[in-house]
Amino acid sequence: MNFELTEERQMLQDSLRRFLADRYTTEVRNGIIGSDQGFSAEIWAQLSELGVVGALFTEEQGGFGGAGFDITTVFEELGRAGVVEPFLDTAVLGGGLIAALGNAEQQALVERVIAGDLQLGFAHSEPGGRYDLSRVTTTLTEEDGTLTLSGRKAVVVNAEAAEMLVVSARESGEAGDADGISLVLVPRDAPGVSLRGYPLLAGGRAAEVDLDQVRLPATARLGAAGAAFPAIVERAAAASVALAAETLGAMEAATELTRGYLLTRQQFGRPIGTFQVLQHRMADLWIELEQARSATINVAGHLADEARMRDRHVAAARNLIGRAGRMVAEDTIQMHGGIAMTQEYELAHLAKRIVMADHRFGDTDYHLEQFIALSV
Amino acid sequence: MDLSYSAEELAFRDEVRRFLDEKLPQDMSDAVREGRSLGKEGHDRWHAILNEQGWLAPNWPREFGGCEWNAVQRHIFEEECCRAHAPRVVPFGLTMLAPVLQKFGSKTQQDHYLPRILSGEDWWCQGYSEPGAGSDLASLKTKAVREGDHYVVNGQKTWTTLGQHANWIFCLVRTNPEAKQQEGISFLLIDMDTPGVEVRPIILLDGTHEVNEVWFTDVRVPVENLVGEENRGWTYAKYLLTHERTNIAGVGFSQAGLDAVKRMARAEMSGGRPLIENPHFAARLAKAEIDLMAMSTTNLRIISRAASGQAPGVESSMLKVKGTIIRQEINDLARRAAGLYAMPFASEAVEGGNEPPIGPEGAEQVSPQYFNNRKLSIFGGSNEIQRNIIAKVKLGGGA
Ligand SMILES: Cc1cc2nc3c(=O)[nH]c(=O)nc-3n(C[C@H](O)[C@H](O)[C@H](O)COP(=O)(O)OP(=O)(O)OC[C@H]3O[C@@H](n4cnc5c(N)ncnc54)[C@H](O)[C@@H]3O)c2cc1C
Repeated sequence: MNFELTEERQMLQDSLRRFLADRYTTEVRNGIIGSDQGFSAEIWAQLSELGVVGALFTEEQGGFGGAGFDITTVFEELGRAGVVEPFLDTAVLGGGLIAALGNAEQQALVERVIAGDLQLGFAHSEPGGRYDLSRVTTTLTEEDGTLTLSGRKAVVVNAEAAEMLVVSARESGEAGDADGISLVLVPRDAPGVSLRGYPLLAGGRAAEVDLDQVRLPATARLGAAGAAFPAIVERAAAASVALAAETLGAMEAATELTRGYLLTRQQFGRPIGTFQVLQHRMADLWIELEQARSATINVAGHLADEARMRDRHVAAARNLIGRAGRMVAEDTIQMHGGIAMTQEYELAHLAKRIVMADHRFGDTDYHLEQFIALSV
Repeated sequence: MDLSYSAEELAFRDEVRRFLDEKLPQDMSDAVREGRSLGKEGHDRWHAILNEQGWLAPNWPREFGGCEWNAVQRHIFEEECCRAHAPRVVPFGLTMLAPVLQKFGSKTQQDHYLPRILSGEDWWCQGYSEPGAGSDLASLKTKAVREGDHYVVNGQKTWTTLGQHANWIFCLVRTNPEAKQQEGISFLLIDMDTPGVEVRPIILLDGTHEVNEVWFTDVRVPVENLVGEENRGWTYAKYLLTHERTNIAGVGFSQAGLDAVKRMARAEMSGGRPLIENPHFAARLAKAEIDLMAMSTTNLRIISRAASGQAPGVESSMLKVKGTIIRQEINDLARRAAGLYAMPFASEAVEGGNEPPIGPEGAEQVSPQYFNNRKLSIFGGSNEIQRNIIAKVKLGGGA
């Protein structure tokens, strides 16, 4: 048993924490959220240089990490600082799928991701599909070596900034079938691709993506025809590890802020932290925080397991963190009073990150059902 | 025991329904149902419609131009308004200040201010809270110093709801710094156009401009704007707070919210079936509805006691706590129902844009509302303060 970070991961954590504390202040971040682009290219480049992206890929893929605990190390820090830059979408999902399925030529894109000069988006979910990963109805047909892609994708994070989208589509079977789903690489400006972009409540941007008879060469496919589903589920699991760690980091920062506030805010002639009802509430949050930390460790440690074991841990961690996260977000706001209701206060943003993470790759209820299904 | 409305009450309800059918403009009920803000113009328009009907002031005595409805009638009216998606009546002048003026104001003040509240000429806001005085309101520092026939006011109020639309603010100010906290406070009416008054916006976490800071620098307020006696303001403020706490349970809002969640959950699909058939979601929804059914009766029990003349006591604290818990739970359910589409932030939709909505109907508002309604358990006496009150009353001063 050893729950310490390796020396490399510890160094990465330290340098990330220092950089973000110095450079990613509330004002800077709120400025980024308000900008048209929704993220900072400069911060992206600096974080890439610090190794944030490289840590998310294995050595074979050109990185220096790629394991569950590399993902948690990075995302816990991003979560603490409430980072809105789309590392999940470009690196873990887009880059991760290319690395998992791409041929030698396609793998060259991963190098560009690691170098910090390629933005990607993963266009998978569809308007009526909710969180169900196999509910793909976008169609992909092949004729004389040309692929035609048609359909609509929902809430594609980072789509507008992405040079390329990794798009899932069905070549056979029906919505809900695991078989028959392919992935294709689609240049965002390809004819037939149209975007309706909008900001996200917790920062960053997304788009509804319309795919109207988009023509692509057969080489646009990632991996074998109709066989992409296992890789999609694996990356969704990695995304869940990242989201769990990000939420954990945001929960840590939220409770630390609240601790500080309870010690300094005076009402009735004394610090509000002297009221026992708030003390007990804080105590409960700290208990949940440690539960969330353990759940994150569990899922990170099982990310490389066979699918069933892995997915059971994914479901457990996301369900637990969904519950604990909601409690932390709501209770830390409550214990602050009005001040936490203001947009410019750090906690408001952290609470939004925590709660909105519950809407990516399955919410608390979805993961409860997954856990039950995988436990019987 | 009789759980049903009397014949007169039913007749009254039908009359309210007819009025709402005929007079509530469609664009307004659409805006309310979709959670869009109406702006000052919209609120003024609705107030004018109610005023024309003579129904703008259900709680006022007839002598002042009110309906003098009893608590049950008021409840029926509010319930029907919520059901029809009528806008909320802005409470600051009508239900907060007016009762204070009617009880403690001078005849001159009553004659001057009350008609202007009904006509919409004056828009009032509430200047109680300060940066350092929230739950501990009596520690407020904004001071008013008497100089001849004026008070000179200096200090800062905060969280002033819709202060950006207001031309008048009723304030608690400190007039005697020597006295015991509660005994040095006065209740002052301040024209916001007076030099030295400055309103600065506070943007809330859902991007809305709902509250403000109001700063006072050497603001000269005529002494006739004092309500009641100097240094007795705390008594008046407490009287006002009991009025602020009527309809505190928000049953109508919860019911409308629950209906909206059900609408969305019928349309949303989960695993190939309507979300409303999903056992986990359905169970959550059912629990919220069960809680609401019981609370709605608690509410009626308290209301009918009030209608027979008994002052609500600790029960209003109970309604506040449980009512806000239920409303916030319903907001959480709505957010869950929207699935992925809880994430987009369509700020223009809040203010009424022309773009078609992103995602299923109603989804755009669920997350902003979820976050915005965290305020319900913070303002009007936080839920912790309400629990302190309940415990103190029930445990007999020991807490
Ligand atoms: C959206 C919004 C609109 C508002 N509109 C208005 C308005 O129009 N006019 C106006 O005057 N005010 C308004 N308020 C202010 C509101 O009344 C205050 O926010 C409220 O009184 C709480 O004060 P506070 O925010 O300073 O929190 P604090 O009083 O600092 O409380 C912080 C935390 O400590 C807890 N706490 C405090 N004392 C105790 C205790 N004794 N025991 C246990 N726990 C305790 C509180 O419950 C809370 O959780 C508004 C507030 C909001 C958020």
